[in-house]
Amino acid sequence: MSLPYTKKVLEYFQNPKNVGEMDKPDAMATEGSPACGDMVKLYLQIDKQSLIIKDIKFKSYGCASNIATASIITELAKGKTLEQAKKINWKEASETLGGLPPVKVHCAVLAVDALKTAIENYEHKNDLIKEKKHTDENVVRQRLSRVINPLTGLDLLQVNFIKKIEVKEGGISVWINLNSDHQFAGNIKDETIERLEPLWDIKKVNVIFNDQA
Amino acid sequence: MKKYQRTVYLDNNATTRVDNKVTEYMNHYFLQDYAVASSQFSHTPGIKARDAVEKARSIILGKLRSGPGDQFIFTSGGAESNNMALKGLALTNKDPSRKKIIISGIEHFSVLNTAKALEKSGFEVKEVKVDGQGFIDLEHLQSLLDEKTLLVSIIYANHEVGTIQDMPKISDIVHQKGALLHTDAAIAFLQTPIDVQKQNIDLLSLSAHKIHGPKGSGGLFIKKNIPVQKILDGGYQENNLRPGTENVPGIAGFGKAVEIFKEKDLEKVKGLRDYLYNGLGSRIEHVLINGSKDLSKRVANNLNVSFEYIEGESVVLHLDMRGIAVITGSACFSRALQASHVLLAMGFTHERAHGSIKYSLSKYLTRADMDYTIKQTKEVVEKLRDLSPLKSTTF
Repeated sequence: MSLPYTKKVLEYFQNPKNVGEMDKPDAMATEGSPACGDMVKLYLQIDKQSLIIKDIKFKSYGCASNIATASIITELAKGKTLEQAKKINWKEASETLGGLPPVKVHCAVLAVDALKTAIENYEHKNDLIKEKKHTDENVVRQRLSRVINPLTGLDLLQVNFIKKIEVKEGGISVWINLNSDHQFAGNIKDETIERLEPLWDIKKVNVIFNDQA
Repeated sequence: MKKYQRTVYLDNNATTRVDNKVTEYMNHYFLQDYAVASSQFSHTPGIKARDAVEKARSIILGKLRSGPGDQFIFTSGGAESNNMALKGLALTNKDPSRKKIIISGIEHFSVLNTAKALEKSGFEVKEVKVDGQGFIDLEHLQSLLDEKTLLVSIIYANHEVGTIQDMPKISDIVHQKGALLHTDAAIAFLQTPIDVQKQNIDLLSLSAHKIHGPKGSGGLFIKKNIPVQKILDGGYQENNLRPGTENVPGIAGFGKAVEIFKEKDLEKVKGLRDYLYNGLGSRIEHVLINGSKDLSKRVANNLNVSFEYIEGESVVLHLDMRGIAVITGSACFSRALQASHVLLAMGFTHERAHGSIKYSLSKYLTRADMDYTIKQTKEVVEKLRDLSPLKSTTF
């Protein structure tokens, strides 16, 4: 049988490791969305002193490549310090799996991004940011550049969905050029909040749609 | 890896196994009467081949309940027939006031992309809406139609969700404004009664390999006096409408596949499909049916469902490893990495399209195959749901 996936990808697809959720994770992150067809959620348990990833679990919605990569990422990250884990990239994940079909690389990137975002979120929450930069519009824009509009597959900034960003007194307001009854308004709102809330100096995130302005 | 013995092919809306009676019959025209089908004044082998072609033509025209002067032109299949219907008509269109073509959003790519090509040559193309079960919005069709409309092309039964259109009604509406009606009936043929006279159909595309005939064989029905021109230049074959040496074995096989069709096979397939649907629906939670909920208004061999909270490519791969061949409307699965345009045109969310699985059946399947499919599908869906981060609130 000549499937496009390596034997190892198929093995992990059939028997993924570290599947699950955590009640009180020290850090977590979601990348992708069901509308895009791929989504990974990572949960991390981190030792406060040593900053070692003690446990890591994942859940995945998506294709074989997505499931296998998320699984391998959890194995690669477990037992590593946050600094070491940050260095895991999609190439390493892909190589460990014996390669991925080129069109499926974005699925591998998704899982790696989830790990990076989870670590970043942890650092923000636990005052571990080395260069404490105050959140400004640029920081917000950078974070939102990973929120994808499922209709186009492009991120919110590329399709000019962001009308205005305001950062004031520990709060961020984002005006989005869509009505709140749009098919993906709910997804976009959840993801926007999830991306911005962990920022170390932010307490509140407001997402405002056209009909709410 | 666990070994699974059974193979269950459930992609019969894509293509079917050729019937043994068809291959035997075709063999004769590969090995014995293999001459070029020629005029009645030719040598005997040529006349024998000609007779085979004409026999097939008359079987197919008979099945379509055609009238005197109607034609059936053999082509390489459904895609060519659709091209010929749209381009062949648009190119001969002598009335400059009729420059509008209406199609639906759930057409096969060979109609969608042909219409797009005609748009570039100055035709106006409008898309009629379909509802959530894949039925043409007849009021919308009425509102789009006007004296400028040359042609309306609507798929008789859809290749993904199997919804059968109310063709007599569509035909009435289309002809009120003097437009012509083309329908891609590749999936509908032999699954729902077609009567081109009663239903007043001007052009109709067929494909042999959807009905246990050979690939590379199909044709276009052209009603008497409908001015369709050839789209390929060459010799004078097929009443000077389709050049190239006739595919005699393919044409003969097409005719044979129609000739041996039995109503009781269709009943069997329908019974298996209903059994599969009931089995999946009663044993798995959160299953949504895509297409007509009234099973009598979808072709007998089609079942399309979405399993919520999971993605289709994973389901397909798991089932494939268990010997079951199905397909999905998920973006991951397609060559274009885009979710099924049919499901999106029906107004479904991308999630629902990503989670869709199409089971399309044939007369070669058994009740045991269905039991196996239900059992394996249940296992796979549960396995993937355990892995999924989505909960009911996401949908």
